Amino acid sequence: MTDEEIRSTVLRLLSDIAPEADLASIEPNVNIRDQLDIDSMDFLNFVIAVDKELHVDIPERDYPKLATLDACMVYLSERLKAAGRARPTD
Amino acid sequence: MAEFRMPILGADMKAGKLVAWRKHPGDEVHRGDIIADVETDKAVIEVEAFVDGVLERTLVEPGETVPVGTILAIIRLEGEPALAEMPAGPPAEAGAPIVARPPAVPLQPPVRLRVPEAGGVRISPLARNLAARLGVDIATVTGSGPGGRIQQRDIEQAAAAMARPAPAAPSEEVPDRQMRMRQAIAAAMARSHRDIPHFHLFTTIDMSRTLTWLASENETRSVADRLLYAILLIKAVACALREVPELNAIWVEDKVVLKPDVHVGMAIVLRGGGLVAPALHHTDRQSLDGLMHDFRDLVQRARAGSLRSSELSDPTITITNLGEQGVEAVFGLIYPPQVALVGFGKIVERPWSVDGQIMSRPLMTATLAADHRALDGFRGSVFLATIDRLLQEPDKL
Repeated sequence: MTDEEIRSTVLRLLSDIAPEADLASIEPNVNIRDQLDIDSMDFLNFVIAVDKELHVDIPERDYPKLATLDACMVYLSERLKAAGRARPTD
Repeated sequence: MAEFRMPILGADMKAGKLVAWRKHPGDEVHRGDIIADVETDKAVIEVEAFVDGVLERTLVEPGETVPVGTILAIIRLEGEPALAEMPAGPPAEAGAPIVARPPAVPLQPPVRLRVPEAGGVRISPLARNLAARLGVDIATVTGSGPGGRIQQRDIEQAAAAMARPAPAAPSEEVPDRQMRMRQAIAAAMARSHRDIPHFHLFTTIDMSRTLTWLASENETRSVADRLLYAILLIKAVACALREVPELNAIWVEDKVVLKPDVHVGMAIVLRGGGLVAPALHHTDRQSLDGLMHDFRDLVQRARAGSLRSSELSDPTITITNLGEQGVEAVFGLIYPPQVALVGFGKIVERPWSVDGQIMSRPLMTATLAADHRALDGFRGSVFLATIDRLLQEPDKL
């Protein structure tokens, strides 16, 4: 899975959680919860969706590592790489 | 026959729009079945049957807006003959078609009550109860019974008059849903502020044990089965209500009525603005897993606009948890006719004295807004202390 594919998957899952949000204007380095008005239930649903789609089980202690879109990308890319399922963007 | 009426789905509701029938004449219905969808100012609500029987006749068409209390349909109870098979009644009724009717025909605007001879308002208990439920100020109602006594139909008439919208000026824009929701919240909160003598208490709770237990518990669970700390707060409130039942109550007919079942209402923020506070039924009897499942389902349906009528009419207390928004303490307004609201603030790391030593601890402020007509501060303080005690033993919740 390329970084671009990870990014588009994350954005799609976030749009399921916050359908009214304009994800094109999301700031990559600003807290996702603040930008999208996501509460803990929404965030848990996002983590569950990531697990289903990307097969990455995110432990609760790692939640702070998913604070921003860029942070999500770094975290998921590393986890997928460790699992042998990430590859560089073509 | 049972009359299926437009339900009151909150203290602020005066009328509802029938969106669709889910059952049709001839269909069997069972208690709890969803019969119709009704649109209020806040959402589209799935309205449930309250009896077993057969839907005999519908009296309101989809798209119609009718006052609370209007008969929407007739349900034939088990063992009863169908309407067509019923023996003819008195001549005056035999030929009269059954039609949808509001609680009463509002022929004239309400006028001031005549001063009763013996002092005080002369009103039947049934009418007083109905007035409390419908939010009708009995001082504005004229009684049509003997000696000016206010009867049920007078209250229904006043409620219908309240629900009738004022004619709109040609240039006036139709308010959108968000505006109507704000107006509904405004009506309920204004009533709360006007009628309920609130008192507020707060306490600081050390959440160390709760959070440590939760982190440990969630480590053993799959992602989909994890618990939110809010679930522990909800369960602690529900269990505390068993020990301090005065707070699990409503205020009607100038007296407090204790409710036998604990149905905690959870304030849920809706995307785009506004909030609802539907009930988690039998909160005290549920396991943490059951509560988590039901809470997730409730949030999802609240935001999708598919709550059920019982969820809006049954709450016996409300919790508002604004901690995630960074607020440290919530001093809320009670949602009438309930007598209490519990608020939870943000968990913050602060110095705290433990066994004579100052150390950093995750602390949370729990507040209680209570109706002073229903209880006194002492019982309120016992309630908050009970919540604190229960949260120190999360494995027993």
